[in-house]
Amino acid sequence: MINSLGRKIPAFIEGIGRLEPFEGAYAKIRKGWMDEPTIPPPNKAYLPHQSKLCKSLEEAIMRSNPHDGMTISFHHHLRNGDVMLVQTLNILHNMGIRDITLASSSLLECHDPILPYLQDGTITRIFSSGIRSELGRAIAHGLMDIPVVIQSHGGRVRGIHTGKVQIDLAVIAASAADCEGNATGAHGKSAFGSIGYAVIDARYAKQVIVVTDNLVDYPCIPLSITQNFVDYVVEVDSIGDPSKIATGTTRITNSPMDLRIAKLAADVIEQSGCFKPGFSFQVGAGGASLAVAKYIRAKMKTKGIKGSFLLGGITSYCVDMLNDGLFETIFDVQSFDAAVSNSLFTNRRHIEVPAALYANPFNCGCITNKLDVVVLGALEIDVDFNVNVITGSEGYIRGASGGHSDTASGATLTVVVCPSFRGRIPIIKKRVHTVVTPGETVHVLVTERGICVSPACGDLAQNLKKAGLMVKDIHDLEKEVDLITGVPGPLEYTDKIVGLVEYRDGTIIDVIHQIKEKQFKLPV
Amino acid sequence: MTPKTAAQAGTFESSDVLFLIEPLPEKSGRKIELFSTVLHQYGESFNKIVTEMLDDYALTDIHIIARDKGALEPTIKARLETAINRSLQNIQQV
Amino acid sequence: MLYIPGNNPAMIQQGGVYGADSILLDLEDSVALNQKDAARILIRNMMRTIDFYDTEVCVRVNHLGTPFGLADLEEIVPLQPSAIRYPKTESAEEVGNLLEIIEKIEDKHGLPHHVMTIHAMIETAMGVQNVFEIASKFPRIDAITIGGQDLTADMNIIYTPDGAGIDFARKRIVMAAKASHIDIIDTVFPDVNDEEGLRKETEYARKIGFTGKAVINPRQIDIIHNVFTPTEEEVRKAYRIVKEFRANAAAGQGVFAIDGKMIDTPVVRRAEYILQLAHVEILPEGADEKPIT
Repeated sequence: MINSLGRKIPAFIEGIGRLEPFEGAYAKIRKGWMDEPTIPPPNKAYLPHQSKLCKSLEEAIMRSNPHDGMTISFHHHLRNGDVMLVQTLNILHNMGIRDITLASSSLLECHDPILPYLQDGTITRIFSSGIRSELGRAIAHGLMDIPVVIQSHGGRVRGIHTGKVQIDLAVIAASAADCEGNATGAHGKSAFGSIGYAVIDARYAKQVIVVTDNLVDYPCIPLSITQNFVDYVVEVDSIGDPSKIATGTTRITNSPMDLRIAKLAADVIEQSGCFKPGFSFQVGAGGASLAVAKYIRAKMKTKGIKGSFLLGGITSYCVDMLNDGLFETIFDVQSFDAAVSNSLFTNRRHIEVPAALYANPFNCGCITNKLDVVVLGALEIDVDFNVNVITGSEGYIRGASGGHSDTASGATLTVVVCPSFRGRIPIIKKRVHTVVTPGETVHVLVTERGICVSPACGDLAQNLKKAGLMVKDIHDLEKEVDLITGVPGPLEYTDKIVGLVEYRDGTIIDVIHQIKEKQFKLPV
Repeated sequence: MTPKTAAQAGTFESSDVLFLIEPLPEKSGRKIELFSTVLHQYGESFNKIVTEMLDDYALTDIHIIARDKGALEPTIKARLETAINRSLQNIQQV
Repeated sequence: MLYIPGNNPAMIQQGGVYGADSILLDLEDSVALNQKDAARILIRNMMRTIDFYDTEVCVRVNHLGTPFGLADLEEIVPLQPSAIRYPKTESAEEVGNLLEIIEKIEDKHGLPHHVMTIHAMIETAMGVQNVFEIASKFPRIDAITIGGQDLTADMNIIYTPDGAGIDFARKRIVMAAKASHIDIIDTVFPDVNDEEGLRKETEYARKIGFTGKAVINPRQIDIIHNVFTPTEEEVRKAYRIVKEFRANAAAGQGVFAIDGKMIDTPVVRRAEYILQLAHVEILPEGADEKPIT
């Protein structure tokens, strides 16, 4: 099958099932309902005063019916400090469990130790929003027989509702929990803020284990995860490395290039017509994307503009803007530093939201639909404004779909910020290696060498030009950058598919092929 | 022709390339070793640049080690030219 | 004006993207003695191939009293940057000698003598004493600049953030430049992280007559632009002054008043300069005022 972006998609993948090709960002939502039936979450029963506490994670796992072919889920709110995912898989491996489907909301560098389990048949399938580091490299080299499925944060919720991902066991790490399993990330020594990605897992998993290093007296508030979904509670010494879970505060980058791009992006936003009282805004957690907030903050102060809400991955910089009175509310699905946890805990205008409310396309409207402006990064972008945030220039899986396509599809103005080239590799391509976010949901590309506006945006290009911004046709900019860097040699792939990139509506927007390691020989 | 002394130019910094060149005995030919962060994408074009410049200088018996961190073409050429100049000047001084 | 170390390819290749009015590719103090040859070749290759967009490219060469000065000129002059910046200029005689060498190189390459200009850097006590002669004698010198760090070193005093030691030099150099009708660019502010200090020093420089300031980091550019760009209020006022002046002049009236303040020729001239800085043109009667960008 060929999808609407011209990508070749197989009709069926052994171990995954029938695939549906992507037909446009709004093609499925436009109907007003989801064709796939919603599966019911499990019903459970507990007698009063029954204890959920287990002495160890092993005991809890033992009690939750581990079996071959099971699906196990995790959240990635502990980021690179997480130890629970690896510990859990070690336990399952030692029990001899095989053929596991790993459904983590994301996978980071700290999860590299599970690599051997991909080789020995312990883990045979992966659903995740992102894969990086050694795992991403190994998978791109074709380590797994069944392709990994890359989902957006909103798409993951849909996948669980439809039963595409049926979780047998969810292991939910929390920085505070009580004996009944009410749990949160808002306080405790390993505080990580919002636990938004795990809420759907708690609701749908056949068995739910809450793991905490901070068992508090009943009741644990806020009720981010509620006891009515939790089977077992385990207290451990540590759920992760606090220094890697949350840094003190997120600093705005010092990189002159990122700051320059951010300033241009802020100018674009200011001139776009979206920068007005009551506007809503989302930026990324670092680099040029976060730096845009610095310039927008200054512009809001100068012009006396007050916004409605900040959304998304929340940094302390967002919290500062809330405290400055520049925005009314923060909707927080994922928090990035310690100051954010504290704000989430104490400020009632800082609201924790689950992934479903944040970004699931199949409900009565997620918050991303209310977004005016989002600023996103890119590993690559092509002349049709399609964005790749999953595969690197060498073909490895080294990024995350995250909320990229969710927010892009919802926002009135989607701005992609990236340098025009990195380490000699051009970022603007004729065709990106892997599409994660379709060009029809991207409006403006801001690079240090020019600003490109999607032809679908009507007068925007003219308005930006009138305001003195360096607007270029994206085809021209692509050629200009190629002249600076030289045209990179093509990557070589095999026919084997190692990854499927699911669009948020469940259709397949692109596939990732196994890379062929080019044997580069220099003539003598 | 072969340079009589070893020479180097460039740095290990990003967007730069470090060239080390050293003379080889006559009729040994060229030996080029390239380490690059963008080897897959630009290895061939890098090699072409180096070969053409060596041709221009008629350097035949030479050992080159290049450690590239994504240098652009003008930088690659500048560093190699500097290394060759340094080497040739040493010949004149000897 | 953004300083870029001449042996740093990563910075040179991005020279045109930061929105600086001009960049200064430096062969002098930021390049180690044993890398001068490398920097020269690198700058030459970069200038030939990299697009710096609207940013003017200047090159600072080494002093002719060093072993590098002549070789620098031989490499750089044929490239015809917007300007060559000459360090530690101390006398008009020295400049005469420099121009002779430059013109000889230009002749050799069949290049005109009037395109590329010269910026003289004043960074010694002797230079400060001779600055008017340096600034006024040669039309090819279209800007002078002050080098604060070197000057304090030459004066055997300690550089202090308040700039007390070089205040006289600043003002004397400004006056020489004004008398010669050329640009005058202030020295760099070395602490990249001190944005408030940079703003204060730049405001002071503007107040005493400098027309620009050098920066060592792209992050400093916005603040400099901010200070040197007239405020919206200044531009509106200037606009009104110039417009009314022209209307009055057409009616044969020289001096007039706005809001009770006398407007005469010097005030009008200053207003015209502000409009020029803000790229604002006086439109014919009836047209809307151009928004300030």
